[in-house]
Amino acid sequence: MTGTRIVRVDRTDVECSHTVTIRFQDESLARPGQFVMVWIPGLDEVPMSFSYIGDLKGVTVHNVGEATAALHDARIGDKLGIRGPFGRDYRIEGESILFVSGGTGAASLMPALEVAVENKTRSTIVIGAKTASELIFVDRAISLGADVRISTDDGSKEYKGFASDLALQVLQDGSFDRVLTCGPERMMKTIVTACLEKGIPVQVSLERFMRCGMGICDSCSFGGLHVCVDGPVFDGKDVIEIEDFGVFRRSADGSKEVIS
Amino acid sequence: MAELSVEIAGLRLRNPVMLASGILGETGSSLVRVAEAGAGAVVTKSIGAEPREGYPNPTVVELEAGIINAVGLANPGIAAYVDELKVTAQAEVPVIGSVFGKSEGEMSEIASLMEEAGVSAIELNLSCPHARNVGAELGKDPETVGSVVSAVKKSVHVPVFAKITPNVTDIVDAALAVANSRGDGIVAINTVKAMAICPETGRPFLSNRFGGLSGPAIKPIGVRCVYELYENVDIPIIGVGGILTGKDALEYLMAGATAVQIGSAAYYRGIEAFGRVVEEIGQFLDEYGYESVGDVVGIAHDGN
Repeated sequence: MTGTRIVRVDRTDVECSHTVTIRFQDESLARPGQFVMVWIPGLDEVPMSFSYIGDLKGVTVHNVGEATAALHDARIGDKLGIRGPFGRDYRIEGESILFVSGGTGAASLMPALEVAVENKTRSTIVIGAKTASELIFVDRAISLGADVRISTDDGSKEYKGFASDLALQVLQDGSFDRVLTCGPERMMKTIVTACLEKGIPVQVSLERFMRCGMGICDSCSFGGLHVCVDGPVFDGKDVIEIEDFGVFRRSADGSKEVIS
Repeated sequence: MAELSVEIAGLRLRNPVMLASGILGETGSSLVRVAEAGAGAVVTKSIGAEPREGYPNPTVVELEAGIINAVGLANPGIAAYVDELKVTAQAEVPVIGSVFGKSEGEMSEIASLMEEAGVSAIELNLSCPHARNVGAELGKDPETVGSVVSAVKKSVHVPVFAKITPNVTDIVDAALAVANSRGDGIVAINTVKAMAICPETGRPFLSNRFGGLSGPAIKPIGVRCVYELYENVDIPIIGVGGILTGKDALEYLMAGATAVQIGSAAYYRGIEAFGRVVEEIGQFLDEYGYESVGDVVGIAHDGN
């Protein structure tokens, strides 16, 4: 679809204290893992992964800055501009998939989990957050019938520790032929390294500052690849070769910024 | 097979298709990738004295026949960009450093740092249509164009090209100033100043309101400008604006360009656009019996 189209907020769902999902009607064909540029008229435009595909689409917003704060305050009927869907999607193949999500990463993984369950793929998902009140999409994953494992950094719910630690345990105990992960980049690097050692194909979804979303402005440069068109979903064996992975990203002026 | 290599101001290019400034040139690794995709030379994003974040998003809006952007000359500043130029040392083609600045002194200084970092030529951005006190703000005045070109020529040894703006009454005036100041070539055109408004919200799409239009919509404007320039100046012209295919490039070459640059095509056809346009030029030259790119340059003019 060419250009920016205006949609109206259909409903908003509070996912946790700092995260809401905004739903809107949009008939574009989106695949799990793809993203849209969301324009908040008069303020900003930001890339957001779809947390729901289909005609009633959704994006899930963690309140981290001015633009996301405005999206948090969005009311039913508010106008937003969207461009997209953009980017490469998850390849959902294999008999048994492990999904590993940290923080808001669950948003991008949920449509993939839905497709996997529909395909009768044995699906396990690790959902991690800092603390129990910040967990998102746990009920949604359970109602899909996935095997849901939860980690919290502070141990306030189930496994105490990082999602990557729990995921490594789950990987050890189970048999998986694919791993899909989205979350903090250093967490994903741990997962990718472990999967490649075990010979399990792994896909990651990366996040970068973006302007054009269409592969020309170079803002989301990732070792000569571009997260907007060559990603956001990449093969683990490709990203592990790139020195930026888990180490730095580009800021708005194009300079290197260390990933903490 | 027709000969595809060309020479501009002593610079030998394996083919006439260069990457235009502002596209895919903020990082060294992207420039290397464009070279690998087949470009004959690559031009960096325009680099200034200090880091600059550019305008807030939206900075890009896509229309039916083009793209309007107002990125706002975002760049990490010359001190940090020198590190990107270390990466481009791996590129198998000439790297041309694009420079913007507020004054001839500032631009000369950046150009000479670029030269030290190994660029094969300098391209002066005298034409960005959406930034204050730089770009077209300097380029709209032929006298300023002349003094900037003279100053930069004195501070570097590599060829100096000036990218000039179509957003003036007569593009020839700035081109004559470049030629009279011993500039080595003219790059034309930069984007056409433009605007798009969202009817549903009653607001301009871009945060900067105005931006520069690129893509298929501006090709006829660019071809006309290059044609006029060829009739009026004797230095080489590099044609740019809306080139998506080999035939588009041939229009510019026949209008008088020695080489061309492509940018938005990287969106319309992917990064493979560079290699494909080169291939298409070669096929056309073979099919129509031309022996080299040079054979078609300027043939659309009477008496050629």
